[in-house]
Amino acid sequence: MSELITKSASELADLLADGQIKSVELTRAHLEQIQAVNPKVNAFLHVDADGALAAAADSDARRARGEVGSALDGIPIAIKDNFCTTGMPTTCGSRMLEGWVPPYDATAVQRLKEAGLVILGKTNMDEFAMGSSTETSAFGPSRNPWDLERVPGGSGGGSSAAVAACLTPLALGSDTGGSIRQPGAVTGTVGVKPTYGGVSRYGVVAMASSLDQPGPVTRTVLDSALLHEIIGGHDPMDSTSIAQSLPALADAAQRCDVRGLKVGVVKEFGGEGYEPDVEARFAEAVQWLQDGGAEVVEVSCPHFEYALAAYYLIMPAELSSNLARFDAVRYGLRLGDDGRNGMEAVTAITRGQGFGKEAKRRLIIGTYALSSGYHDQFYGSAQKVRTLVAGDFDRAFAQCDVLVSPTTPTVAFKLGERTGDPMAMYKADLCTIPSNLAGNASASFPIGLSAAGLPVGLQVIAPPMADDRCYQVGGFIEAKVESDTGPLLAKAAPIVGSKAVW
Amino acid sequence: MALSAEDVARLAALARLDLTNAECAELAPELDVILTSVAAVGEVAGPDVPLMTHALPLVNVMRDDEVRPSLPREVVLAGAPDVEEGRFRVPQILSED
Amino acid sequence: MMTELMEFNEVLEHFDPALGLEVHVELSTASKMFCGCSTEFGAEPNTQVCPVCLGLPGALPVVNAKAVESAIRIGLALGCEIAPWGRFARKNYFYPDMTKNFQTSQYDEPIAFDGRVEVEVDGESYVIEIERAHMEEDAGKLTHVGATGRIHGADYSVIDYNRAGMPLIEIVTKPILGTGAKAPQVARAYVALLRDLMRALDVSDVRMEQGSLRCDANVSLAPKGSAELGTRTETKNVNSLRSIERAVTFEMRRQAAILAGGGRVLQETRHFHEGDGSTSPGRSKEEAQDYRYFAEPDLVPVAPSKEWIEELRASLPEPPAARRKRLAAAWEVDEKTMAAIVAAGALELIEATVAAGASPQSARKWWLSELARRANEAGVELEDLGVNPADVAATQELVDKGELTDKLARAVFDGIIAGEGSPTEVVERRGLRVVSDEGALGEAIDSVIAASPDVAEKVRGGKVQAVGALIGQVMKAMHGQADAARVRELLLERLGVG
Repeated sequence: MSELITKSASELADLLADGQIKSVELTRAHLEQIQAVNPKVNAFLHVDADGALAAAADSDARRARGEVGSALDGIPIAIKDNFCTTGMPTTCGSRMLEGWVPPYDATAVQRLKEAGLVILGKTNMDEFAMGSSTETSAFGPSRNPWDLERVPGGSGGGSSAAVAACLTPLALGSDTGGSIRQPGAVTGTVGVKPTYGGVSRYGVVAMASSLDQPGPVTRTVLDSALLHEIIGGHDPMDSTSIAQSLPALADAAQRCDVRGLKVGVVKEFGGEGYEPDVEARFAEAVQWLQDGGAEVVEVSCPHFEYALAAYYLIMPAELSSNLARFDAVRYGLRLGDDGRNGMEAVTAITRGQGFGKEAKRRLIIGTYALSSGYHDQFYGSAQKVRTLVAGDFDRAFAQCDVLVSPTTPTVAFKLGERTGDPMAMYKADLCTIPSNLAGNASASFPIGLSAAGLPVGLQVIAPPMADDRCYQVGGFIEAKVESDTGPLLAKAAPIVGSKAVW
Repeated sequence: MALSAEDVARLAALARLDLTNAECAELAPELDVILTSVAAVGEVAGPDVPLMTHALPLVNVMRDDEVRPSLPREVVLAGAPDVEEGRFRVPQILSED
Repeated sequence: MMTELMEFNEVLEHFDPALGLEVHVELSTASKMFCGCSTEFGAEPNTQVCPVCLGLPGALPVVNAKAVESAIRIGLALGCEIAPWGRFARKNYFYPDMTKNFQTSQYDEPIAFDGRVEVEVDGESYVIEIERAHMEEDAGKLTHVGATGRIHGADYSVIDYNRAGMPLIEIVTKPILGTGAKAPQVARAYVALLRDLMRALDVSDVRMEQGSLRCDANVSLAPKGSAELGTRTETKNVNSLRSIERAVTFEMRRQAAILAGGGRVLQETRHFHEGDGSTSPGRSKEEAQDYRYFAEPDLVPVAPSKEWIEELRASLPEPPAARRKRLAAAWEVDEKTMAAIVAAGALELIEATVAAGASPQSARKWWLSELARRANEAGVELEDLGVNPADVAATQELVDKGELTDKLARAVFDGIIAGEGSPTEVVERRGLRVVSDEGALGEAIDSVIAASPDVAEKVRGGKVQAVGALIGQVMKAMHGQADAARVRELLLERLGVG
């Protein structure tokens, strides 16, 4: 049993700095928890125990020499399986890339290594990040630590489940339409989608290039800020990376003060389709902000109702092009090469069998949306809606410093509940999608539980490059939850075999 | 717009996906539902609204014309399904570029 | 089956040809279009690739600034407008030589558009309007393995991606009309002009044999006087100036025969065969192409400032045609000689030799005859021969001073090519100085006159031109190391006709 693994990364960093614990010890504790719990939650697709212990030993040696790489040197971390990692497979949850070991590290991964973090392994995800539940993973769904019969959200359900079940204090995710925030909300963890261009996409296997954004997945707000500061900032390898320094995120996370902050409640996020418990928790959180001295106003973003539709055209269009490279020529799966089939057939067979159903669905939609005769009607119109959504945000941010909403309309749903109904599945991302379209900063923070004891998240949205405002609100909310009831994750029923002690 | 199984098959060919007839028949109505519900985008976007293709308005991001090291060839070929004498090997190609 | 062809002259009685030329120029940047891999030609397969040009999952492109600069300079040199803001686009289609199965290109926002150039054929000028010039990337190189060595009948293929991601500029003309019988020559002259232009701009090696300049020729015929264009064919990858002329000629004759027979020309892609100058149809595609273009989200728009464009405009070299005209006038040579100079690749060399002090006539003489022959024998370009313009000017100076004869000057060039140093060093080392010792010369002259009394008598009798034979004998006796003019002078003096 271990109290270490329930601590936050910042607390652990203090213990390492004081010499009270060693990184090897910390890493071993997490590897033991993975061994005990991963068979039940299926959060990790690959665990690199040897590599992690070696990195931990290096960290301890560095520390002994007084050469600490960063605030998080020696802290374990898990990486979503769409980040390229040398020495570890990168499958994106797809059969198409099973066993593929990239010859290069994603910029974010390289920065983790330079900062001395200990990479435990790779986490499960919906295939190529296409999903809201991890159920489209070719390697089986991950499960929600709050209720193993429920999904941990998606596409980054592996990272959020791993953090929630204390398999790791930190994880990386990527968010195209909510894949960091939505799993965060339904697992009671913190997930941040930085401003588009704030964290390099280089080496993150693309789903929809103009929407994808990597970011932190953690249990506390400060941990996300610390991790964000390590992976963020300009990268010359990513043309869409913003060439300016990040605001002071960790400072904002620790401010615990929202006095004078103008908070906008988006009135379009609510009503039909929203669970009463979600709306109730959300109303309470807004009240906390008001009580804390924030000025709360209602704002209208009339075009948000078209955001989901625009997203489900732009995203498949871009991914249909991004996923064309999986053609059985240079890497990955090749099927049907029996000496009779030509190259064209081999590519088609490999793609037909290597991609799962949701991937195929989206490849067809994307191909359709871009095809001649439909391009303007679908893809073109969707890009116009994107302009309108961004305009709604501009007007809202002229009045407010941040916008808030529930992160998801519902709490975690049951495994299999929505797999037969794509539109129902897509609606899990209703609230999170607008930020991806506009490219602004957005985060989800736990605010409480539904009557059934399942977590609810608050989404906080800030203008591009004002990510610090999300952390400022998140830190305040977190302090409120903790002072009222203690850490939310401590309330989850322990998973059998778990070594976590709160 | 009612997408037929034949439409799906045509799109699958463009996307180079080998789908069975049963798959095409199953996907057609599903895709139809999705396309019907996303068709709303055409209602709001007037001709005067510009397209937003990028999340942020950056321009002129370029690098200097400097050579950087390439990958070692054994690394380049390591993940390939089939290799011959330092090249990627593929079955006979039937169509022309 | 033999393709039916109509006699060329007959074609023109019935039809008007229209041309459309698409030329791909590979830029001579040090690194690729979107990554830092080298563009050096001839490396071992798959040794100049990285995650970006190999299209590995997660890799992202970054634009090469030099390629953009070259594109703008090319656009300006073609008289184009430069787009103040333009995006890259993805052209989506599957082919195994493309690592991402889309080509990063430009679609409806090319960097340069609406230009015009003029070419001259047989003294007549033709305006060619440029529709656009845009940036894109090259694909890898496929090799088909099997009995035929071609795609048809290959057992399998192998791929080298070193060329994938090399920067290309595609230059597209508007339909070229009204060229009549000169259509094949206009096509050739246009591509030659582009080649010279790229060379003058120093943006490409423009080695057609290495594929750094490739031409696709669209040809169609319309009934004479018709306002509508006929159905076109596109003959791909025509890779020499001569081939362009031949391919256009062949297509005109072939299409004319079909149309005259009441048939219809198929809109198709065709291949050119160097051997017999014919074209043949490519394999038709299974499904109609639908490239599904959309703005490349991984690259941000290129928005060259007015200042940058003007700075590049100011740095443009003199247009090749204007430069040639200017030099032809200065050197007092006719068009035909100028064409020979250009064809020999001697324009810059002669210009530099003149700048180093030689007369245009002597500079031209050395480069076009003696040195061109040696380069030809050695199988190298004239500029790679190892003789520089300053050497030629210095050698000519020695000739002008009477210290060398032309024959000795040739030996000096041999020495320079052999690496023996500067002209004066070679003269010293080889002892090539003209003998100006009048005593030795006088003796030689006296013995030649004595040995040829008949010739001497003829000269004395007034047939002065007969002295040539005597000069030859004297020069022979002196082993060439005498100044022929001085020998003539002395001979005539002694024979009393001086």
